Amino acid sequence: MNTPRKHFDEMLLGANDVRAPYSAYDTWFAAQDPARLTKKSKEAEAFFRRTGITFNVYGQTAAQERLIPFDLIPRIIANREWTKLSKGIEQRVRAINMFLHDIYNRQEILRAGIVPVDLIRKNVAFLPQMMGFSPPGGVYTHIVGTDIVRTGEDDFFVLEDNARTPSGVSYMLENRETMLQMFPELFSQNKVKPVSNYPKNLRRSLEASAPANCDGRPTVAILTPGIHNSAYFEHSFLADQMGVELVEGHDLRVMDGRIKMRTTRGFETIDVLYRRVDDDYLDPLNFNPDSMLGVPGIMDVYRAGNITIANAPGTGIADDKAIYSYMPDIVEFYTGEKALLKNVQTWRCSEADSLKYVLENLADLVVKEVHGSGGYGMLVGPAASKKEITNFAAKLRKNPSNYIAQPTLSLSTVPIFAKKGLAPRHVDLRPFVLLSPKGMDITPGGLTRVALKEGSLVVNSSQGGGTKDTWVLED
Amino acid sequence: MLGKTAGGLYWMFRFLERSENTARLIEAGFRIALTRSNDTASEWKSVVTTAGVRASYDAKYDSYTATNVVDFLLRDPTNPSSVMSSAEKARTNARMVRTALTTEVWEAVNENWMVLRDTLKRPVKETDLPTVLGNIRRQSALVRGAMHGTMLRTDIYDFAQIGTALERADNTARIIDVKYYTLLPSSQFVGSALDNVQWETILRSVSAHRSFRWLNEDDMTSANIADFLILDSRFPRSLSFCSRIIEDSLGFLAKDYNQTHTCHDLIEAQRNTFRTLSIAMVFDAGLHQFINDFINQNNALGQQIEADYRFNG
Repeated sequence: MNTPRKHFDEMLLGANDVRAPYSAYDTWFAAQDPARLTKKSKEAEAFFRRTGITFNVYGQTAAQERLIPFDLIPRIIANREWTKLSKGIEQRVRAINMFLHDIYNRQEILRAGIVPVDLIRKNVAFLPQMMGFSPPGGVYTHIVGTDIVRTGEDDFFVLEDNARTPSGVSYMLENRETMLQMFPELFSQNKVKPVSNYPKNLRRSLEASAPANCDGRPTVAILTPGIHNSAYFEHSFLADQMGVELVEGHDLRVMDGRIKMRTTRGFETIDVLYRRVDDDYLDPLNFNPDSMLGVPGIMDVYRAGNITIANAPGTGIADDKAIYSYMPDIVEFYTGEKALLKNVQTWRCSEADSLKYVLENLADLVVKEVHGSGGYGMLVGPAASKKEITNFAAKLRKNPSNYIAQPTLSLSTVPIFAKKGLAPRHVDLRPFVLLSPKGMDITPGGLTRVALKEGSLVVNSSQGGGTKDTWVLED
Repeated sequence: MLGKTAGGLYWMFRFLERSENTARLIEAGFRIALTRSNDTASEWKSVVTTAGVRASYDAKYDSYTATNVVDFLLRDPTNPSSVMSSAEKARTNARMVRTALTTEVWEAVNENWMVLRDTLKRPVKETDLPTVLGNIRRQSALVRGAMHGTMLRTDIYDFAQIGTALERADNTARIIDVKYYTLLPSSQFVGSALDNVQWETILRSVSAHRSFRWLNEDDMTSANIADFLILDSRFPRSLSFCSRIIEDSLGFLAKDYNQTHTCHDLIEAQRNTFRTLSIAMVFDAGLHQFINDFINQNNALGQQIEADYRFNG
């Protein structure tokens, strides 16, 4: 597995062999003066800085606000590919919601022996406070960002389901805005499906998820941990774009059995709370008692049916990396259909045989924490030193059930605009899904993350990744 | 609007105003230092006093030199009112209330902070000081321009105006407080060259040396200057003018929300005083006492507004 591999490049199959979706773009690119593009690239960076599209990096004191590098070569997806992908995503998101409803109610999937009971019972993401409760319309995951990777012409895999609070949608929107400003001509030459309706759709979708007892137009608000959170820019961006209030825990209180926000005119009821605060911090009375970010008592208001929390508490049980390995069975159990999207082969280190295999093949595998995210705490075997592997093996032996392992996928590449011209870099894709009792909406494309370092497979922004505008072409 | 947002807007504009006022004080101090060869230390000392940071300055330095004072007021992170600290706090508040600001205003505030951060990275050399101060002034003009040109005249605008006017009134009052003795008609320096220098410093600290002349021609007397700073209804930094802005803004809020609070009573009382006041009456009652009372009133008004509109809880 250590021999150099040929990666699937989404733009260039060979030196002069441009894949169809990129043909119009390639013609345009060939006619550009590289010096002009370099200038444009710098302009884009200045624009991002001025508008404050930044993120905070945990564990760094200096230079806390950083830009996510933006690459000006778009990632282009044909309509045919997108249709296939979005059908697969839709099926998966529906199955996840049925799974969550089942887990927190009758638990038929456990009784059928498809998912082991211990995996749920001993899981920290499982919230007993959600048992026997059904959110409006049975919707648990109002917002999902499914991570997709590609390895070949027709080979798409789901890498992670991200059913908690996926971030990145503001970059999807700003990247498109930037491209439209920098290269308007590209959008008359290529028919690109728009993404700009996302904030409007998000608001509509959240309003449609309001509790049944809400009369009149529902009041929506976004709950943020505050300006020091890594995704604060996105929280304020979405509040602004939707025209709703951006609240913190200390703006809210429970009054008359409802959640109300403190305004200059008095206290106003909130019907739908799009929270960007983790379950654990949501309610110090019901979860982590030390949390300063949440609202004491909100879970009681929620269970009384007086507010919608999006996403519902406890959805983490569905995007847990150990549950992930059961996803094809979960999809089949609830939909009666084979899963349209493939899963990456996954070894659960909790199982003795798997652990043995993983320990013997650490240098070739990617090992992740079951509850990890953001690329923290993972091992990329082929890129790790001997010492890193030895250290990691020790951690793994100590607490095997905390880890899963996957083969190092040969992720597809898309060129970036580098100093010496086009250079292939690995990418993934995070499409954004909205779900309400009224239906599902998937924004065409999503956020393409790109590992800017040559050969690197880690695309997370906290680990040196960048982003690209993502196009889905009309036919 | 969230109470927190109203508070964020109020403080954002207070800090923007503070950053600009501090720059203006440095400019006036620098000018005096250039035109007078002896005893610049006492001038710099009164600049530090006016900026309201005597205690923290004295904790750090033993003497009042141009280099130390300028550095402390411009860029010292331990000075919460330095130009850089104020610009930073203004931006932090702007980030917090970003949904209430137009893109233009947010970008102007963010750029203000970025430009100052670059300009004030290192101590500013005396030769560069005029350029740097000019830059600071230009950046705040951009923020104000974006504000007036793009913001809707809603409660958002009202809280921003209140923050600006309260901070500005406080600043003008403190300038008078520190130099009040040079404005007393009984001052032993009457008509002396020293007087003229002192008066010019005061006027420069509020960027009004030309407007004063415009309105008063050559009639530079202490009574005229005091009248101009306290009661003039045309000068945008006079105490009366700032007080009227606050009255108007609180009036708009009362109408908009259909609610009045204690702060409305406070501002009404203050306005009634200003309406019947003459500079002779101020001198009769004692200039120093009057200014002290005003500063306290202004602070109390600010705190009442915070409570009435639920900035913090």
